[in-house]
This record gives sequence, C-alpha cells and structure tokens, in this order.
Amino acid sequence: MDSTALLLAATLSAGTVLAIASLGLLINEKAGIVNLGAEGMMLCAAIAGFATVIHTGNTWLGFAAGMAAGAFLAAIFGGLVIWLNTNQYATGLALTLFGTGFSAFAGIKYVQEKLPEQTQYPIPYLADIPFFGPALFRQHPMVYVAMALTGGLIWFLYRTRAGLVLRSVGESPESAHALGYPVRRIRLAAVMAGGALCGLAGAYVSLVYTPLWVEGMIAGKGWIALALTTFATWRPARVLLGAYLFGGVTMLQFHLQGLGVNVPSQLLSMLPYLATIVVLVLISRNPLWIRVNMPSSIGKPFYPGA
Amino acid sequence: MTDLQKRSLLKLAALSAVAAAALMGCGKKEEAAPAPAPAPAAAAPAKAEPLKVAFAYVGPVGDGGWTYAHDNGRKAVEKEFGDKVVTSFVEKVPESADAERVIRDMAGQGNQLIFGTTFGYMEPMLKVANDLKDVKFEHATGYKTAANMRTYDSRTYEGAYMAGVVAGKMSKTGTLGVVGSVPIPEVVRNINSFTLGAQSVNPAIKTKVVWVNEWFNPPKETEAATALINGGADVLFQNTDSSAVLQTAEKMGKRAFGWDSDMTAYGPKAHLASAVINWGPYYIKAVGDALQGKWAGGTSAWWGVKEGAIDLVSIAADVPDDTKKRIDEVKAGLKDGSFSIWKGPIMDNTGKELLAKDVVADDKFLGGLKTYVKGVEGKVPGN
Repeated sequence: MDSTALLLAATLSAGTVLAIASLGLLINEKAGIVNLGAEGMMLCAAIAGFATVIHTGNTWLGFAAGMAAGAFLAAIFGGLVIWLNTNQYATGLALTLFGTGFSAFAGIKYVQEKLPEQTQYPIPYLADIPFFGPALFRQHPMVYVAMALTGGLIWFLYRTRAGLVLRSVGESPESAHALGYPVRRIRLAAVMAGGALCGLAGAYVSLVYTPLWVEGMIAGKGWIALALTTFATWRPARVLLGAYLFGGVTMLQFHLQGLGVNVPSQLLSMLPYLATIVVLVLISRNPLWIRVNMPSSIGKPFYPGA
Repeated sequence: MTDLQKRSLLKLAALSAVAAAALMGCGKKEEAAPAPAPAPAAAAPAKAEPLKVAFAYVGPVGDGGWTYAHDNGRKAVEKEFGDKVVTSFVEKVPESADAERVIRDMAGQGNQLIFGTTFGYMEPMLKVANDLKDVKFEHATGYKTAANMRTYDSRTYEGAYMAGVVAGKMSKTGTLGVVGSVPIPEVVRNINSFTLGAQSVNPAIKTKVVWVNEWFNPPKETEAATALINGGADVLFQNTDSSAVLQTAEKMGKRAFGWDSDMTAYGPKAHLASAVINWGPYYIKAVGDALQGKWAGGTSAWWGVKEGAIDLVSIAADVPDDTKKRIDEVKAGLKDGSFSIWKGPIMDNTGKELLAKDVVADDKFLGGLKTYVKGVEGKVPGN
C-alpha cells in the first residue's frame, strides 16, 4: 500500500482526538470560560467509557458514558466558577488533579482487561478507490464525526441566534445580562457541552485509538488540545486544521524514523511543538487575528447585578 | 438579601460543610484508633518486630509493565516471608528532586530496607544513603553504590533474544519493528539482542527502530507502532512500559510481544510471547539477606535466566514446535553457561567488527553498548 496514504490515514486518526477535545474547549471559551481540567475530564471519560464497554460490550454506550462523565465533571467545575466565582485557572487545575487521581482509582480493576473485538468501518465503494480509499475512507466513524462537528460548530456559532447569544456571553456578559439572557445558565450549558466533547475525545482514546486502560493514558493530549484553541485563534476550522497539523507532524516524525531517515529522534520529537510555535509566530505577526477572535471576557468572573 | 450577602452565606455554608466533613473524618479515626491498641501487647513479647521494606516505583502499579512487574516481586516477598516483613510502596515517584524526599520519608517511617526501581533514583538515593547509614538501600539499573547501598538489574536482553527467535520464525515480510523508549545502552542492547535472536533462525531479517524518547506514553507508543507497521514491519517488539504496542498490532492484524510482564490478555490474537522480568527471586534474596543479617552493600547483581529472573512465557499456539524447542535449548544453555548470546563474530550495522570470532562479551562491554548490530536500520540517536 502507498505509504503516503497510510501516513495520511494515521494523521487523521491522530488528529481526531485533539480536534474533538479542542472543539469542546472552544465552545467553553467562546462563552468566556477557560477550563484547564481537560486532561482530567479526558482521563475520567477514558475509564468511564472503557468500563462501560467491558460490562456492556457496546462501544456506542461507551462513548455515551465518556460524554456523560465529561459533562458531569464539567458541571461541577461550572458550578464552582460560574456561581461561586472561584478562580477559573485554579479550579481547572484542581479538576485535572482530581481527574488524574480519580480515574486511576476507579480504573484499578480494569488494568489488563481487554475490549471486545473491534469492528472495521470501511465505507463501501469509496474505500476501494486507490490512494484515497486507504487514506480517507477506512477510518473509525469518530474521525468523520470530528469533521462534522467542526462544520456544525461553524454553522452554530456564526449562523444561528443561539450561537450569537453564546458569543455575546463570552464577549460582554454584562450586556447579555442587560438584554435579559440568563448568562450563568448559558455559560453552564457551554461548559457542559465542552466537557461532553472532551469526554468523547477521552473515550475515543481508550476505546479506539489505544484500546486499553492504563493510568495516565491521555498523556498530555488534553493540554495540547487546550493550547490548540488559542493557537487556532478560537476558529473551529483552524482548530481542525491545527489538530491535523499536529497529528500529521507527530506521525511524520515516527514515519521518518521508520524509514531510516538519519535525524536524531530527540530532534524529531520536538517537531510537533516546533511546528506549533512557528505557526503561532506566523499568526501573531498580525495581532488583529488574535485580538479580533479572542472572547474579551475570557477568564473573568461575572457578577450579575453586583 | 442582596446578592453579596447571598454569596457570603453560600461560602459560609460551603465552609461549614467542609469543616463538618473534616470533623467527621477525625471522629472516625479517633473511634477506630483505640481498637487495635491492645493487640500488640498480646502478640508482641514472643516475636521480633517485622522488617519494614519499602518500594519506590516510577510508574503506576497499573501500567501492566515495568512497575507492575516490580510490584509482583514485592508480593512475592510478602508471600515468602509472611508476617516477618511489612512491605509498602509509593507509586509514580518522579525521577526528580521529589524522589529524594520520598525516599527520605520512607526511611523516616521506619523502613529498614528501601528499593528504588528506576535508573533516575540513583543520585537521590545515594544522597539519602550517605545521610542515613543504618538504612539499607537497593537501587535497580544503576551503577553507583555505597556501604549501605547496592544495585541490582535484570538481563532483559536474554528475554529479548528469545523473543527474537520467535519473531524471526514468525515474520512473513522479514522486517521486524521495535518501539524504543529512551536511547540508553540497556535499550540498544535489547534491540540488538532481539535482532540477533531473529537472525539465528532467519539471517536475512531486518529491524526497524522508532524511538519515542519516553518510558510510558500509550498514545505515543501507539503512533510509533502504527508507523512501524505502515513501514512494512509485521512483528513488533517494544522497550516501553505499556501494552500499547501489542494493542496496536492486535488492531492492525500484526503480531507482537509482551514486555516486562505477561501481556497475553491485552492482545490474545497478536501476542506471540512475553519476555518477562521476574523480580521475585532477587527481592526474596535481598530481604532474606537483611533478615538474616547477611546484607552487605557495595555490590551489584545482574540476574538473568540463570537465576530465574528472566523468562519467555505464554508462547502462542501457532509458533512451530521446533522454535519452542529452540527456546528451551537457549534457556538451558543460558542456565548452565554453555550458550552465550553475545559471542563473536558480531558486526555492527556499518560493517565494523564489534566482537571477534569466538570472543564472548563481558558485562562491561554489554553495559556500554551504543551501536546497532548488522540488520538493524539507522543509527542510535546521539551517537
């Protein structure tokens, strides 16, 4: 098989984890809330999804459980930062610490468990096209879900009234409040939606990407997803591109090693991060790009009527 | 009531809830405390205090690999000595200044024998050992010792060699893949031994290596394994701590091995065999030494198949009988010393001679190995 096609296929699969989590965090941040708990939520979702599939044998129930776990943790986080006005950054970090520990604790008896056989999902006819078939159309459905989510989110944020309200809550909660919108409830909904998507990404890791459960298995993907929202200047399409760029450069470094290209592997390990920095620098050359898109009340608490 | 007052009230409520919970927690402890108090008085006079033994682990016990194998060793000690020992462990101790704090704390809690199970604890452990002369320290995979500190390691390359024999026989493409963790001599030695084993049954075999520069990062291990399979490798081997490589092989219809501990359960279809480290025998010996007052520092132990510390287990049913027989021969040869894995002539992959004909490598040579043998593609990073 063509190795470029395989590299492309691996890139899509690697980028999907980041894309789904990062889109979730983008919804959060568009409503003005930064949730540094992504890593913790993804870990809890990974074990929730894994345990569910072990007990029920149904992968889709596993994804649902992962989303529920993510949304639940996000709701606790939301309650703390939106109603009690705790510091968003500190609370998010606490959520990550809690999630890391709790998932390890909850997962003790699932170590060394094995998921049931994975089904293959080639798309009929399309999967047989030379090059494009193996590259694009033999993926897990979640890969297409990530793409659909991106489209859906663009439509929601920029074409619907609800999206406009969500953005206004992130830009100027006081004005939204004055217009009569329930700012806190909207923010909670956004935080929970973000948590659900982080949960979906976490479940994708433990069910599809690396189908196993071991402690700490998200291994920093949550943090990369967080960085990605900023790097993509809060634009869904750029989030998707960034996720594939990061996934692609990560896969490329391993493929180069596998091909025997004589570059020190430590240097190759830097590549994804280096690429990110280069793109960040390129983007920041025009500060307007960032400032225009950055939700202006991000990270700030909101006191209705105070 | 204004919003502000409401908020303070809420905070007050939350605070008092926390305080109440804390009080309740304390209460429980106090209630529980008096109960075991009379017990020692009844049991103690006849028996000596049990030996307190502590283990510092680099990963979670649930990694299914390196740390899991060490913890099996700890359990073997408990089983062997029963109530003569009390063991405890701290997992996920980072290889940083924190390690010193944890090890010092273990000594402070009355542990007389302390095991540090990763290379990175060497310096911190040595520092504590120099301060606390009457505590015994055992360090895995290091090279520095003291009067009250000694080192121990496993000849993991013997397991790698035996896995290689199976891999060489089972590979259809003639290309093997190894996911390397950190490019240190130990790992390079394992990659080379794996290849030598494969070449002993199929001289034309090639090995591709992908480094992840980490010991434990399942998603990254998955990505590396995917790249190897996409590059044409059909039998994978890894020196990383999780079972992600085996899982990836299972998912992509290829074959792979378990490492450190028996990983059959993770990928029953892909699993060819597991090269396991059995830390039990050494831990039992070390604790036994301490119990009998025979423990002496300043020494290094490097145990392999001979001492029962290394084995290849759970060989897949479809591996031909002659290969299984060959594995048994290798094991027997390693045990009685009639067989050496590192015996010349061995060439490196640039065609230079590493070991002359009939020369058997000594431990110093093995400990400093930094080049690939013939058949392994590429260069060791940093060399």
